[in-house]
Amino acid sequence: MNSMPDLKNIASEFSELYSQVNRRVIICAGTGCMANGAQKIKNEFLHIANLTGLKFETELRKEEERFDLLTGSGCQGFCQMGPLVTVEPEGIFYIKVKPEDVAEIVAETVMHGRPVERLLYHNTAGKPCKTAENINFYKKQTRRVLKDCGNINPEDIREYIHRGGYSAAEKALKEMSPVDVCDEILNSGLRGRGGGGFPTGRKWALAQSQKSDKKYIICNGDEGDPGAFMDRSVMEGNPHSVIEGMLIAAHAIGADEGYVYVRLEYPLAVKRIKKAVEVALEYGILGDNIFGTGKSFRVNVMEGAGAFVCGEETALISSIEGKRGMPNPKPPFPAQSGLFGKPTIINNVETLAMVPGIIRNGAAEFRQTGTKDSPGTKTFALTGHVVNTGLIEVPFGTTLREIIFDIGGGVIGNDGEIDPDGFKAVQIGGPSGGCLTAAHLDLPLSFDSLRSIGAMVGSGGLVVMNRSTCMVRIAKYFMEFTQNESCGKCVPCREGTRQMLSLLEDITEGKADEHTLEILDQLGKAITKASLCGLGKTAPNPVLSLLTLFREEMEIHVTQQRCPAKECKALLTPVVLEEKCKGCGLCIKKCPVGAISGEKKQPHFINEELCIKCGACIEACRLDAISEGV
Amino acid sequence: MHNDTHVAAVRKFAAVCAILEKYEYKPEKLVPILQQVQEEYRYLPEDVMAYIATALRISPARVYGVATFYSHFALEPKGKYVIKVCDGTACHVKGSNPLLTEIRNKLSLGAKQHTTSDLLFTLETVSCLGACGIAPVVVVNEEVHSLMTPGKTAAMIDAIIGKEKVEDEQHA
Repeated sequence: MNSMPDLKNIASEFSELYSQVNRRVIICAGTGCMANGAQKIKNEFLHIANLTGLKFETELRKEEERFDLLTGSGCQGFCQMGPLVTVEPEGIFYIKVKPEDVAEIVAETVMHGRPVERLLYHNTAGKPCKTAENINFYKKQTRRVLKDCGNINPEDIREYIHRGGYSAAEKALKEMSPVDVCDEILNSGLRGRGGGGFPTGRKWALAQSQKSDKKYIICNGDEGDPGAFMDRSVMEGNPHSVIEGMLIAAHAIGADEGYVYVRLEYPLAVKRIKKAVEVALEYGILGDNIFGTGKSFRVNVMEGAGAFVCGEETALISSIEGKRGMPNPKPPFPAQSGLFGKPTIINNVETLAMVPGIIRNGAAEFRQTGTKDSPGTKTFALTGHVVNTGLIEVPFGTTLREIIFDIGGGVIGNDGEIDPDGFKAVQIGGPSGGCLTAAHLDLPLSFDSLRSIGAMVGSGGLVVMNRSTCMVRIAKYFMEFTQNESCGKCVPCREGTRQMLSLLEDITEGKADEHTLEILDQLGKAITKASLCGLGKTAPNPVLSLLTLFREEMEIHVTQQRCPAKECKALLTPVVLEEKCKGCGLCIKKCPVGAISGEKKQPHFINEELCIKCGACIEACRLDAISEGV
Repeated sequence: MHNDTHVAAVRKFAAVCAILEKYEYKPEKLVPILQQVQEEYRYLPEDVMAYIATALRISPARVYGVATFYSHFALEPKGKYVIKVCDGTACHVKGSNPLLTEIRNKLSLGAKQHTTSDLLFTLETVSCLGACGIAPVVVVNEEVHSLMTPGKTAAMIDAIIGKEKVEDEQHA
C-alpha cells in the first residue's frame, strides 16, 4: 500500500472490523508482565479456546461470524500486580492472573461479561474494584501520553489511526507552515521531558532558521537513568506516537531523515519501534511524498551499546557517527551543527510523544493542565519502598504526597508491610537529581520548583526510600554509577567523581572525620562548575543535596562513627545478646584483636574500643547470640 | 594441513564479511557492525577487529577504542548463559547485592572473574533494565526473572545446571 494514506478510510475500516468483536481480552505485554508470565497466560487462553471451541482471534480481520479478540498491549503501568488482563467492553480488570485462572475468566467474563471477584484488585478497605478506573493508582492520574499505552495493540497501526493517530501529522504537513508548527509548540510551553526542561519550541525554531541542504531529527531513547522506564514503556506501548512526533518535528525544521536511538537493554522497545517504522513506511506515512505534500522523511533505528553518557546529546551524536560516545563542548549547539555537522534536533521520547496531541488539540488545551511554567503532564517511574510501584502520569503541580500516598498507596517497611511513619526520602531525577524529604511532601512538582531546591525532574525516576535506608549509601551508590559511566574526556568529571567516591567510602567505612564533608562540598561544587557536559555538571547533585538535607545523618557518620539506619556494616559494633549466649568461648578464640572477654558458661562481653568490626565473632557464633549491633 | 587452516580462516571471516557488506563498509556504522559481529562470535576477537579496521579504512585503534568504550562489547568469550543482575536504584534498594553475593558464591566467581572456567555462565551487572516495578530483577540471556531472592536465584542456577547435565548425557 504505497499510495497516499487515507486516514479516515483506514479508521472506518478498522471500526467496521472491530464491530465483529464480541469481547476483547487485552493482556499486558510490557516487560514487567512478560517477566511475570504474560506469555503463558496468552497461550492458556488460546489453549482453552481450542478446547471449548470458542472463536478467539489474535488479529483483526474480516471473519464470517462474530468472534472474541485476544491482543497484547504495551505497559499498563501497574507492573507489580502483573500479569494484568483486561476484558472489554466492560473494562473488567484482573491482576496477578495465573494460567489456572484462565478457564474461569473465559467461562465467566468472556462468555457472559461477569467479573471473577477473586481476581479483581481489592482496595485497602477490602472492596473489589471492577475496572481500572476504580483503583486509586489509576484514578488519581491524568494519563495523556500513557493513555493509549496499555490500551491499544502497539503492533497494529490501524488501531492507532482509529484513535486519531497521524491526523496531527497530516494537519501539520498539509495545513501548517514550519514556522506555524514551531510557534504552536512554543506557545504550548512544552519543555523537554528528558531532564533539562529546555523549551522544545525554541529548540525547533533555532534549527528551523538554519540554512542547510540536510537536517536531522533524533529521538533520544537512551534512557539510562537507573530507576526510570517511562520512555521504554512509551516505545513499547505506543511506538507510533513517537514516530508521529518525529514526523511533525521533521516538517517543522525541514529534516528528511531521522534516527531513533534506543538502549540495547530494551530489546522489546527496539523490536516494536523497528516494526512501527516498517509499517509506517508500508502505509506511506514515512517515505516520499507524504500525504501528497512532496515531503520525504525516513527513520533509522539504532541500538546503543551500553554507555550512560550517550544520553547526552552531543555524545549521542558521536555514537551515531560510529565513534566513542563522548560529548563535545556547546556551542555550537546541535541545532546549529549536529549529526555529521548538520543542524539536528534531539528530543526525548516522551517529549515527541506529546507533540501530536498539542498539534491536534492546540497549545491552549495543552496549557490547561500543569502549572504556568511547566504545562502539561509528566510521567514518572514510581519505585522503591512504596505499595504500588509502576508507571504513572500526573499533571505538573501535583505534590509528592499525592503521588506517594494516593497513587503509590503509602510507604512500606523492609518487611513489605505498610509503615505509616516510614517515609524518609524520595530520590528524584536519578544520578543527576537529588533527594526530597518530608518537608517537601507538599511542594507542587515542576521544573522550576525542583531546581530551586537543588533537585531536578530529570527523566522522571521517583525512588521512595523508607526509614531503614542509609542516605550515605544511596549517595555512594549514585557516585559509583556516575564514576563508572564517566567517559573520561574531561578531568573534573573523571578524577573528581573518583575522589568524591573514595571520600564517601571513607564515610561508610568509618575512616572519615568532620573535614570530609567540607571537602566533599567543595569538590562537588567544583565539578559542577568545571565539567564539560551535563553528566559531569550534575554528577555531584545527589551528594550536594544530601549535604544540605541530611546533614545531621552524615555528621553522625563522621563524628560518632555511627550509622543510624544500621546499613554501614563497618560502623556497627557487634553486641552479645546475653539471653542467648551460653559462654562457649568460640568467639573469644576467633576474635583477631582480643576484644572479647568473659567467664566460661557466662555471657561474654565485647570491648567497643578494641573491636575492629570485622564480623568474625558473628560468623563464629553458632547460637546467633551476637547481633550486628548499633 | 596448510589448506585446512586456510579454510578455517576463510570460514571465520566469512561472517564478518557479510556483516561489512550489509553496512556498505561505512565507518559511521561501526557500532552496529561490532554489535552484529559480537552476536555472531559471542565476543570481539582481536583479529576480527583488525580486519574490520582494514576493511573500513580506519585505524585499529579507533575500532579498539569504540570496542572498549561501550560496556556491551566483550573482548573475551562470554559464557553460554549470561546472567545480568540489575543494579538500578530500585533493584539496589530492594536488595540486588545479596543476589550478587549468592551468585558469586554459587559459581565460585571472584570479584574480578566474570565467566566460569567451563564457559557456562557469565555474571554481569547492568545499571537499569527498566523493570523497576518488579525489582529486584535478574535476566538470564533474554529471560527476565522478577522479584528475586537469593533462594530463588540459587534455584534458578541449579535448574540451568541440571538442564545442561541432561543435555550432556543425551549427547553422550
